Amino acid sequence: MAISGLAISDRRLAGEMPATLARVTAEQWLDAARRVHETGGRLVALWGADRRDDGGAFSIHAAYAGSDGLAILELPVAEEEETYPDLSAIFPCAARMQRAVHDLLGLVAQGAADLRPWLRHGAWRANEFPLRREFDPEAYRANAFEAYPFVRVAGDGVHEIPVGPIHAGVIEPGHFRFSVVGEKVLRLEERFGFAHKGIDRRFADFTVAEGYRLAGRCCGDSTVAYAWAYAQAAEALLEVAAPPRAKWLRGLMLEAERIANHLGDLGALGNDGGFGFALAQFSRLREDWLRLCDEAFGHRLMMDRVVPGGVAADVGDAIRASIAARSEAIEREARTLRDIFDEHSGLQDRFITAGRVTPETARLLGLIGLAGRASGQALDLRVDFPAEPYTRLAVKKAGHAGGDVAARVRVRFEELLESLRLVREIAASLPEGATRVELPHPAAGAFGVGWVEGWRGEVLVAIEAGEGGRIRRAHAHDPSWQNWPVVEHAIMGNIVPDFPLINKSFNLAYSGTDG
Amino acid sequence: MNLEGFLAQLAALATALVLAPLLTGWVNQWRAWLQNRSAPPLTQPLRVLHKLFRKETVMAHEASPLYRAAPYIVFACMLLAAAIIPTLATTLPLARAADAIALVGLFALARLFISLAAMDVGTPFGGLGARREMLVGFLAEPAFLMVLFTASLISDSTSLATIVSSLGQRELAILPSLAFAGVAFTMVSLAENARVPVDNPATHLELTMIHEALLLEYSGRHLALMEWAASLKLFAYSCAGLALFFPWGVAQANDRMALAFALPVLVAKLAVGGIGLALVETILAKMRIFRVPEFLATAFLLGVLALLVQLLLGA
Repeated sequence: MAISGLAISDRRLAGEMPATLARVTAEQWLDAARRVHETGGRLVALWGADRRDDGGAFSIHAAYAGSDGLAILELPVAEEEETYPDLSAIFPCAARMQRAVHDLLGLVAQGAADLRPWLRHGAWRANEFPLRREFDPEAYRANAFEAYPFVRVAGDGVHEIPVGPIHAGVIEPGHFRFSVVGEKVLRLEERFGFAHKGIDRRFADFTVAEGYRLAGRCCGDSTVAYAWAYAQAAEALLEVAAPPRAKWLRGLMLEAERIANHLGDLGALGNDGGFGFALAQFSRLREDWLRLCDEAFGHRLMMDRVVPGGVAADVGDAIRASIAARSEAIEREARTLRDIFDEHSGLQDRFITAGRVTPETARLLGLIGLAGRASGQALDLRVDFPAEPYTRLAVKKAGHAGGDVAARVRVRFEELLESLRLVREIAASLPEGATRVELPHPAAGAFGVGWVEGWRGEVLVAIEAGEGGRIRRAHAHDPSWQNWPVVEHAIMGNIVPDFPLINKSFNLAYSGTDG
Repeated sequence: MNLEGFLAQLAALATALVLAPLLTGWVNQWRAWLQNRSAPPLTQPLRVLHKLFRKETVMAHEASPLYRAAPYIVFACMLLAAAIIPTLATTLPLARAADAIALVGLFALARLFISLAAMDVGTPFGGLGARREMLVGFLAEPAFLMVLFTASLISDSTSLATIVSSLGQRELAILPSLAFAGVAFTMVSLAENARVPVDNPATHLELTMIHEALLLEYSGRHLALMEWAASLKLFAYSCAGLALFFPWGVAQANDRMALAFALPVLVAKLAVGGIGLALVETILAKMRIFRVPEFLATAFLLGVLALLVQLLLGA
């Protein structure tokens, strides 16, 4: 993407996604952010790297998206300086990413309003930074509790309800601090990072050819999206292309992943509305679908099936026929269940107006993905920047402006039915040929980026190669970084018992953002 | 008090203790079947009680004696409630204590203690649940009283035994007042027993809970008593409903044949009622908590209508 009116020398990156890379100064960093914001672009991801062993210093990277693709900016940060200009005043979603950069790399966003830790929970000291070369991950560190200053809400009858990180059910860890009056929520503050695994650091232990397995484990429900984004980035960096059959199989798996997740979410949304019937029905459909995935690709979630250079699975004619038959059967049942949802007054009473995010708020806060499409943000990489096979599939973009739970349910139903159509079309017109190509050896310093519309939203993976085919720095970005702060807004003015339903209607990733 | 009456009372108590968890299991079974799931065995609640009684009881450090005593008080209240409602026979030794207003008082006493205990350990969900439990309770109680007053007006007594025997010996006719009261009673029972659409007994979402939130900190035998009390409460409400609206087949204490006949009749009536409850819970979704007052106000309105119809029209 070209940032208009900015005199920087950017170079076009190889690969399926239109992307440019440019090195900027601190003034240009801010100027670029403002220009992107003015032209309706958005911040996709922000991450930092330690370049001191490479004759440089630290660097901070920002990936912006505009109407003509990605623009990745790199700002060198001198070791003695350790600061860079804050972006959160322009793009609110940058705030948490900047806090994470500080926890991992020790670079401070100069001028940011919120400098509290985000990922660091006392597992390492405040003066240690896991992404710096001198950090010893093997060293023993006693876990030290550190008080975290939550924002206090004062007033007559205001009190706090702390929830999590350990919940009554077996779900992922996250802390939610509600400030309430009676049942009405005045403010919600999220606190995550409990599932931090050190993935960014761990990437450096692998070669570019191996790293897809780690990428596919950032967030289990989106493993295909992550692995595909990683494969795109690796192929861009190596300047190879996957064979057509591999690309179509990737599309098949990504849509299969979307179907499985939407089926699960629709059941869970019914269940959170106290309508257990929906959970039983959708769980059955999801289980049928996952078994078919297992049969077709040898893994229920299709983990490790998308690899740099192609795919590690192939489907025969019998499987193609059963994909078509099963998707039709599920579509019939899904349509019936949609009618039941639509006509169930009790359920609609829970869904309609709950957790509303207006298109205006969504645009200001940068809501993306599925939740964005339910709030009038018509962004879908499969349509906006289609990679094969989407170039030949004419994907119908779902979209609503309601912004409430009901709209997010409707978008899920629409996307589910569209994906069921897509898997049938892919299965019917799968090109013949090889499914994998040999990978060349990566050149040190080569950079590639991958960008894929997962079921939750856009997943970005950026890889920089180091010596000996290894990864110097790889970063995987989950769309939940953008969407979690919006949940804090969605719940405002709603009542406490509606939160689980509203939260489920977004169904954002904990593991994916905790890194 | 003669020996026969004493034995009949003991039989009624034992019946309540065993049948109550089975009723809960029966409802769970039917709910599973209606949702196309394979169901847990009928005896699952009894097995859970067995498991819980053998498990260690963990207490919060800050727990007061009230917290420790609450499970016993709540259990005793529910057992007594189940005992004074004429389930099998009308002329039991405890029948004299079986006053309709005393019954409402017993439920209120149990609610008071369960709510105080929930707030005692100071966890946010305990307070949240207690607040909601009181909201439901103070709205449900007047509606329940209206239902009982309607039945009292028909039989000129607030004694449950008299109400049941006079309703049972009445010739079969559908009284409009009882029809109104029956609908009101069903709504109150759903709310009081923490069932869908007011509460969801199967939820794991702590923020939406009412009844479950009160029990979150309990474990071991305390939890077992609370769970048992909850199923006794459902049993007591079901029996009260059956006694008021389907009072046929309840025996006189001294009539052994009738007593032997009363048990299968009771089981059959509960089985049908349990399927009805499972059906309601499958079809309906849980309502927003601020719809609960509307729901219970409707129940109260129907209760008042029943009373007025009886009072003014005598029908």
